Amino acid sequence: MIMATGQSLPGQRRWQRVLGTLMIWLTAAMVTLSVLTAGAFLGLLLWFAGSWLTAEGMASGGVLVRFWGNLQQLLFQPSASLGIEAMLPAIIGTVIMIILMTVIVAPLGVLVAVYLSEYAKNTWYTELLRIAIQNLAGVPSVIFGVFGLGFFVYAVGGEIDGWFYAETLPRPTFGTPGLLWASLTLALLTLPVVIVASEEGLARLPTSMREGSYALGATRFETIIRVLLPAAGSSVLTGVILAIARAAGEVAPLMLVGVVKYAPTLPVSLQAPFIAFEQKFMHLGFFIYDVAAHANVGEGRLGLICAAAVLLVGLVMLLNLTAVLLRKRLRDRYQALSEE
Amino acid sequence: MPYMQRDALIQASQFQSTAARTPPGLVVQQLSLSYPGNGSALVDINLDIPAGAVTAVIGPSGCGKSTLLRCFNRMNDTIEGCRYSGAIYVGDNNVLAAATDVTALRRRVGMVFQRPNPFAKSIYDNVAYGPRIGGIRRKRDLDEIVERALRDVALWDEVSDRLHTGALRLSLGQQQRLVLARTIAIEPEVLLLDEPASSLDPISTLKIEELIYELKHTYTIIIVTHNMQQAARVSDWTAFMNGGKLVEFDETDRIFTNPVERATEDYITGRYG
Ligand SMILES: Nc1ncnc2c1ncn2[C@@H]1O[C@H](COP(=O)(O)OP(=O)(O)O)[C@@H](O)[C@H]1O
Ligand SMILES: [Mg+2]
Repeated sequence: MIMATGQSLPGQRRWQRVLGTLMIWLTAAMVTLSVLTAGAFLGLLLWFAGSWLTAEGMASGGVLVRFWGNLQQLLFQPSASLGIEAMLPAIIGTVIMIILMTVIVAPLGVLVAVYLSEYAKNTWYTELLRIAIQNLAGVPSVIFGVFGLGFFVYAVGGEIDGWFYAETLPRPTFGTPGLLWASLTLALLTLPVVIVASEEGLARLPTSMREGSYALGATRFETIIRVLLPAAGSSVLTGVILAIARAAGEVAPLMLVGVVKYAPTLPVSLQAPFIAFEQKFMHLGFFIYDVAAHANVGEGRLGLICAAAVLLVGLVMLLNLTAVLLRKRLRDRYQALSEE
Repeated sequence: MPYMQRDALIQASQFQSTAARTPPGLVVQQLSLSYPGNGSALVDINLDIPAGAVTAVIGPSGCGKSTLLRCFNRMNDTIEGCRYSGAIYVGDNNVLAAATDVTALRRRVGMVFQRPNPFAKSIYDNVAYGPRIGGIRRKRDLDEIVERALRDVALWDEVSDRLHTGALRLSLGQQQRLVLARTIAIEPEVLLLDEPASSLDPISTLKIEELIYELKHTYTIIIVTHNMQQAARVSDWTAFMNGGKLVEFDETDRIFTNPVERATEDYITGRYG
């Protein structure tokens, strides 16, 4: 078959047209979908405002009054007859766990990324490491829970108890699911996201920037700490944002390593050491699961679930917003690398 | 542009910083270099670069000009598998010796690259980077160093009101002068300039050339350039390279008016790639 180069055949043109039309439709469909999602979200909120209170018999007053009354009740008052706990401890537990996870995963991920990008030579070992990291991202999350339970809780926690809490054995202190192990498990789960984003951020920096630093008599370490990491900071934060989003969506693994339906005390306090790392804690995601599966709320079930869902999403958005603002500040200060 | 005022400032600052300084010359002996999988890039180079003058290195693309320059501050050490032999004396020290403290060497022999490469930091932090690495911490000292370096490269008037904004917002010409200021801030003795004006517009190029002219009394300067007129304008000595070898080295006037080698003449008159 002979084809003149640089001359598009009618068939090709038609293809392009069809493809173009398809793209337009696809885009339109996506826009519609996102608008619908946002609408549904608002709908859920309203549903929450109107539905559950009827079950509790406080149907008087306008929507906002009922909403407020509902919110208060949900946040602060557990109901034994309905079998639901107050949501505030669950909110606090979720936030503390995600913050702790972030504190663990960010430096760890950056460390691995720096190793891969700046130190590792291209050997079979680093190849293996990269493949392992990519595979880690594909492991079902509940498997992480199993690993956390086996490794963190029983192996590491049991060992810690043997060394430091021998007098209280056989009652375990760290050798049982708790906040620290849940955070570590989630950190492991989200590690690939942070590593990949940070490594890409570092790899994107031009060689000339590294050479510029070396040419001024800087060592490799100084170059990494003072030039490369600040310049790749917004990529690292992007990774952290994705990690938070991923972590906030997980419930299954947490049920194995520290989250419970009811915890008598909060994992945080105003006295040192402020965070009770070994304590079990409550979690919004688990709250949703628990209400859906076990609570005795009858008709109000969906409204209640929606309320918790709205709160969970709101929380994640708040945490993400913090990271996004931080990233913006970083970018404003340094301005993103110019086109190149 | 207030030239008079600027020149006065530059002279004043030179008087301060480098009053009784004599920069070293460089002696290259039997320098050969090869990159992995690419054969030899430099073949038995012998060269005697005079102190306190501007030496231009010219030659066709890929003849090894950058490679030669990067030997002087051991920048080629960062390329894995790059092998070299021979000796380069900066003053009395053979910098290619294994015992050389490379970071200390790079503070003596500063380098400006072909494309401006400011860090993703503020203007101030870019210039203060070298001194900070060198252990200078006091803000007053740093302020002084930054101002002096920026004045030396005639950038102070343009940026003094936005020292703490991102350096990447500057124009390319400004960025290249900033990078030069960053290098000068650590007070090296030798300046290596690898086609410093090749990505700049004519006005910025002119500024860089003026700077070279002004700096040559206090630094030993080696400049790689593609531009014959530029070599003729700014340099005192010129080395012509071809195929990894040094073909001819002489005073610039001689190279351009009466070269010994046929290849040099061909290249200069444009009869060569
Ligand atoms: N990092 C490198 N790895 C392998 N070969 C290189 C490398 N850098 C330069 N070379 C080769 O060495 C030769 C000289 O390059 P260079 O010194 O950059 O030339 P010039 O600066 O004169 O244009 C060229 O053939 C180039 O391809
Ligand atoms: Mg070059």
